Amino acid sequence: MRVALFATCINEAMFPQAPAATARLLERLGHEVVFPESQACCGQMHVNTGYFREAVPVIRNHVRAFAPVLDGEWDAVVGPSGSCVGSVRHQQAMVARREGEDRLAREAELVAARTYELSELLVDVLGLTDVGAWFPHSATYHPTCHSLRMIKVGDKPLRLLRAVEGIDLVELPEAQACCGFGGTFSLKNSETSAAMVQEKVRHVVSTGAEVLVAGDYSCLMNMAGSLSRQGTGVHAAHLAEVLASTREEPWSPAVLPVDRTPATAVPAAEAGR
Amino acid sequence: MTTFLGMPRVAPQPATAPEDPLRWGPDFPAAAHETLANGQMRANLRHATHTIRDKRLRVVSELPDWEQLREAGAAVKHQTMSHLPELLVQLEEQVTARGGVVHWARDAAEANKIVTGLVRATGETEVVKVKSMATQEIGLNEHLAAEGITATETDLAELIVQLAGDMPSHILVPAIHRNRDEIRAIFAERMGDAPADLTNEPRALAMAARSHLRAKFLTAKVAISGANLAVAETGTVSVFESEGNGRMCLTLPETLITVMGIEKVVPAFRDLEIFTQLLPRSSTGERMNPYTTMWTGVTPGDGPQAFHLVLLDNGRTKALADEVGRQALHCIRCSACMNVCPVYEHAGGHAYGSVYPGPIGAILTPQLTGMGTRGATDPHDPTASLPFASSLCGACYEACPVKIDIPSALVHLRNRAVESQQRRLLPTGWEAGMRAASAVMSSGSRFAVAARAAGLGRIVAREGRIAALPFPGSLWTGVRDLPAPPAQPFRSWWHKHRADGAARPYGSPQPHGSPQPHRSPQPHRSPQPERSPRPDGSAPRDGAPGSGAEGER
Repeated sequence: MRVALFATCINEAMFPQAPAATARLLERLGHEVVFPESQACCGQMHVNTGYFREAVPVIRNHVRAFAPVLDGEWDAVVGPSGSCVGSVRHQQAMVARREGEDRLAREAELVAARTYELSELLVDVLGLTDVGAWFPHSATYHPTCHSLRMIKVGDKPLRLLRAVEGIDLVELPEAQACCGFGGTFSLKNSETSAAMVQEKVRHVVSTGAEVLVAGDYSCLMNMAGSLSRQGTGVHAAHLAEVLASTREEPWSPAVLPVDRTPATAVPAAEAGR
Repeated sequence: MTTFLGMPRVAPQPATAPEDPLRWGPDFPAAAHETLANGQMRANLRHATHTIRDKRLRVVSELPDWEQLREAGAAVKHQTMSHLPELLVQLEEQVTARGGVVHWARDAAEANKIVTGLVRATGETEVVKVKSMATQEIGLNEHLAAEGITATETDLAELIVQLAGDMPSHILVPAIHRNRDEIRAIFAERMGDAPADLTNEPRALAMAARSHLRAKFLTAKVAISGANLAVAETGTVSVFESEGNGRMCLTLPETLITVMGIEKVVPAFRDLEIFTQLLPRSSTGERMNPYTTMWTGVTPGDGPQAFHLVLLDNGRTKALADEVGRQALHCIRCSACMNVCPVYEHAGGHAYGSVYPGPIGAILTPQLTGMGTRGATDPHDPTASLPFASSLCGACYEACPVKIDIPSALVHLRNRAVESQQRRLLPTGWEAGMRAASAVMSSGSRFAVAARAAGLGRIVAREGRIAALPFPGSLWTGVRDLPAPPAQPFRSWWHKHRADGAARPYGSPQPHGSPQPHRSPQPHRSPQPERSPRPDGSAPRDGAPGSGAEGER
């Protein structure tokens, strides 16, 4: 199948390893990945901060960039982010309509209907749970709020993770609690956000896992930032990175922490089998 | 003889009754700054919300048709809001036909005046009260006190709040921020007839309140209540409660005055079957609330012989005019949303500065105060900060028994706040930033340039992280590190990847100083590529992480 990659703006600028891993994973599974160069952002930040009018050109650009999926140029659009796919699905048309852009709204709805979050594409569209990944680490999974409650991916990410060879998946206590990111909430209400992420980090550390996995780098940026500041030595990885990891091309940490964990980055125990 | 270790301080908060119960604090971030520092309150709140949360989940999971019940509740509320004027007139006709008297109050002042007049007419100066959000919202107790009428709250938690000179921090369990030591201290200091040997045992505390209140119930001639529901079809009004204090107030006195928000009406008696299931399970986590009192007008020889129903607008009609925001009027005041809200759990109810805290308060309060409905919002109006006091995690929507889409309503109200802000002449910093971002993010090529430019952030990074930024970045780096932007944005990798025609892991064809997994003393880049996973399984170094045969070219 031909899949258009919706990299998301934050991944493009800050966490390219997530869309890169998504592309490599899908290619490894025998699919063709296309990156529409005119894409930028889905508009979520503007919408969630209340700037609907300013969001419209952003939404229009996104819809235009991915509109070829409607003509059969690609079979689907995939985004490695629950909240960006959630915004495409639940906000773009609503905002366009509110700003009197009915045609844009209708087109946004059509594109949204062909847009999938990574775990949805793998499980629902491609019918896979075992993608042949190898990830010899202990990991704990945080279900991000928008993947859980907005687009309702359910246990798809966990089913994918459980099928990964070598992974030691540890359950995260109070997993469904928000990490406190919330986009501009983390700045507008920075103290409340800080209290929330500190609680989340406490639970992550309590699992003893080496790697915190989630399907959204925005939330991971928040949690990894706090994990790093507190010197916990816990790494962060996107679900796509875990699923793209193989014996031939194993995962290595690309974000925080970079220098605080002499022993935990990659365990020796599972190695070299 | 025990050693006296001192008593927990009874800290009233705020010290004096607020003038406006919907707007009594600073804005949310400032108020949260205070409440977040209160470790005792946060511990109390964490314990209490988690207990109720778990109970709710248990009893909700027992019902196979819970989702259908929610749908039904939402549908009845939607129908009600679509026909509110007719339903209210029907309610008035039915209540009047059955011997009650209906009063219409446009706002808090009018409602307070009506109630005061009704109490005066009885010649009484003491009234008992059933816990009611509507009377909290209009500041009725304070108003009555100023008019020489003493109102005694008879709900246990409400009594605690009243004695402490406190404000409620939760709509169902208003003293949720207090623990039993604090409650013991409040009773001992303020109740007047608390036993000298009062302990902090829940039973002892409840018994002290019980005997204190029993005397009030038996002497009161006038009671004031709110209402959970009123049926337009029959004129029946209902109160759901757990302690029996409500039943006492609703049956013993001669005169009953009920203050009810106009949105509490439902069309038909049969609709009650939905809410009698939804409300107790969502609020206290009980299958059924212990006391459900229903009364229809006046029944000679049974219960109060004078019944007054005060229908309160106080901003509700304004909210009704907003087609997205109006769903806040569907609220049945169960409090499930605040019990599951992580923002509420950490910041506490007082941070919202309104008698309606939590997620529902964040969408209801600003609408009742009329935020953004006409002209520009006063930037100093603290209620304008409420729609932003959420991480939009959606736990509230999931818990809401009538499916109020609180996250969408929050985003909608944020837009209203921004639009009314934009009617002012001076753009804010946010405004300028959002406009600039809109231009950058609406074009792939402009965005690509910006993403490359963001790489300049690496200048301030050390060892792959940014630990301190100037304001407003400091709002982030105060408690979190920020990863250094990558040297190679996604598009550069992609082009290389395409050109190679092979799967190259994200890393770098050129060493780019991406974070090293675990090599702190190492200089930042290692020119030689690692060619494959190392036999010891440790991470390949910076450069070409596990790039296998592709390696570096």
